[in-house]
Amino acid sequence: MSDHMNETKNIMKKKKILPVGHFRGLGAWTFAFFIYLYVPIVVLVFYSFNSNRMVMNWEGFGISWYLKAFSNNNIQQAVLNSLIVATVATACATAIATIGALVLARGGSFKGKTLSLGLITLPLMVPEIVTAVAVLIFFSSIGMNLGLGNVIIAHITFCIPFAFMPIRARLEGMDTTLEQAARDLYATEWETFRFVTVPLLMPGIVAGAMLAFVISLDDFIITLMVGGAGSTTLPVYIYSMIRRGLTPEVNAISTVLLFFSIAIVTAYWIVSKKSQTKTVH
Amino acid sequence: MSTWLPKSASSRRWLGLAPSYIVIGIFMLIPMVIMGVFSFLEPNPYGGVKAVGSFDAYVKLFFEYDLEDQLVFNPGYINIVWRSFQLSIMATVLCLVVGFPVAYYITLQPENKRNFYIYLVTIPFWTNLLIRTFAWIIILGRGGVIELPLQKLGIIDDSLRMMYSDGAIAVGLTYSYLPLMVLPIYASLEKLDFRLLEAASDLYANRWVTMWKVVIPLCKPGVVAGCILVFIPCIGAFIAPNLLGGGKKLMLGSLVQFQFSSARNWPFGAALSMLLLSAVVVSLIFYARAAKKRALMEGEV
Repeated sequence: MSDHMNETKNIMKKKKILPVGHFRGLGAWTFAFFIYLYVPIVVLVFYSFNSNRMVMNWEGFGISWYLKAFSNNNIQQAVLNSLIVATVATACATAIATIGALVLARGGSFKGKTLSLGLITLPLMVPEIVTAVAVLIFFSSIGMNLGLGNVIIAHITFCIPFAFMPIRARLEGMDTTLEQAARDLYATEWETFRFVTVPLLMPGIVAGAMLAFVISLDDFIITLMVGGAGSTTLPVYIYSMIRRGLTPEVNAISTVLLFFSIAIVTAYWIVSKKSQTKTVH
Repeated sequence: MSTWLPKSASSRRWLGLAPSYIVIGIFMLIPMVIMGVFSFLEPNPYGGVKAVGSFDAYVKLFFEYDLEDQLVFNPGYINIVWRSFQLSIMATVLCLVVGFPVAYYITLQPENKRNFYIYLVTIPFWTNLLIRTFAWIIILGRGGVIELPLQKLGIIDDSLRMMYSDGAIAVGLTYSYLPLMVLPIYASLEKLDFRLLEAASDLYANRWVTMWKVVIPLCKPGVVAGCILVFIPCIGAFIAPNLLGGGKKLMLGSLVQFQFSSARNWPFGAALSMLLLSAVVVSLIFYARAAKKRALMEGEV
């Protein structure tokens, strides 16, 4: 199809007629869109190298604010908290999502399936501020005060659907013949699961875990409401820095967090691409 | 596994789903029910609630007590609710206008290029919203990236005062949620059969007519999904109104947060959250109906 289309495209280019369905300026519009999408990020990174005290007064290129951010004890503590929360929440949410996805993708149709699917994806539908407030009310009315533990529980809850979606997608794209073959060859149910299903499902699980990790790491509003004094995570700390005044230190630490997220999402992209091509062959 | 798992398929199913039900049920569903109950209680001045039933939180949305203890209409909160809806609708329309041509353009590309474009669209979505909004302060702010060159060139002497306005909030919201508009529209355009466009052109429809009568009706589910995915987080937004609106131009999300931090009126905050939640439920019902209609139409074909 594409060969034929390219051919006609070339002919039409010569005659300066647009092919069917094309519009003039679409490419330029998309280009402008990507500029709009990425300029703020570039600006943020650029100003993190400003050596002036004020973000917007450009003085000269320097990495002094990075050094300052890295040696800031509060930032170190916030990074540590963020990593603890994200790691524990990811592990729990991915485990819960995996067994949930196995039931919903492989359990056939049963009464309550739609309901279960709705429940698991509920955290995606409810605005974050509502979740934050509801969880805050809940913790305070049962008098639960585990510090970082409260934050972790809240994060597990909203990370479940993000881990769930890639795992379910992978399961639905997976064909069951290998599992049937294993059973035919006298593998027990557990062996089939452990040595056939899990390895095949792994790219989905890894992808789900990565999404959950990024979502947990970036969460701000729920952590702000639920977290107490000792459980400041990096986004919450960045927010308090912005409110105190704009120094390039905010940009520096934001840049680091930004590139960390981009790295994980890129890895996710590569993993899920690989798993796609694997299923095709 | 076979040794300790229950035999029947049904109990296995529920065993597998139990952790999800327990975690989301206890830490999301029950909290929302408690929140609903709290909205009908009286506030405790030090935060929390008194166990006294009252409709005050909902009354407060529309009325206030004047000096003689008479209820009088107070438009303050309704204005904030109204502004939230206006700004969210504005941001949704902007996302649609900006995002639709982009999704369409990506669909026209060869497959390997398409994936790369989609990757570029998703990247900002997965990076921190707070940080992305903060970047707009540097761009729109006094002496920022837009003002500075204009000042240097002598085109303006004073600040343009772009920050702390409804416009700044709308730009920030649009920026935050654009990928959520592009992705579902792209997903439905990708399935579009381009031979239909050729057929329309053969039948002497020009490209705009084809767009309006063929492409848009066929990708309507994607458009509706995109609009809802953008509208829901906009209506509950906290970061954009706080950072770009300066905390003075409140929206529902920031008003809710305010009730639980400085104002310490939990029932009122809970009532506002219920209002937000009902807006979400209404838009989801709208979406479900659109999806159902679509399924029926496909069934006919």
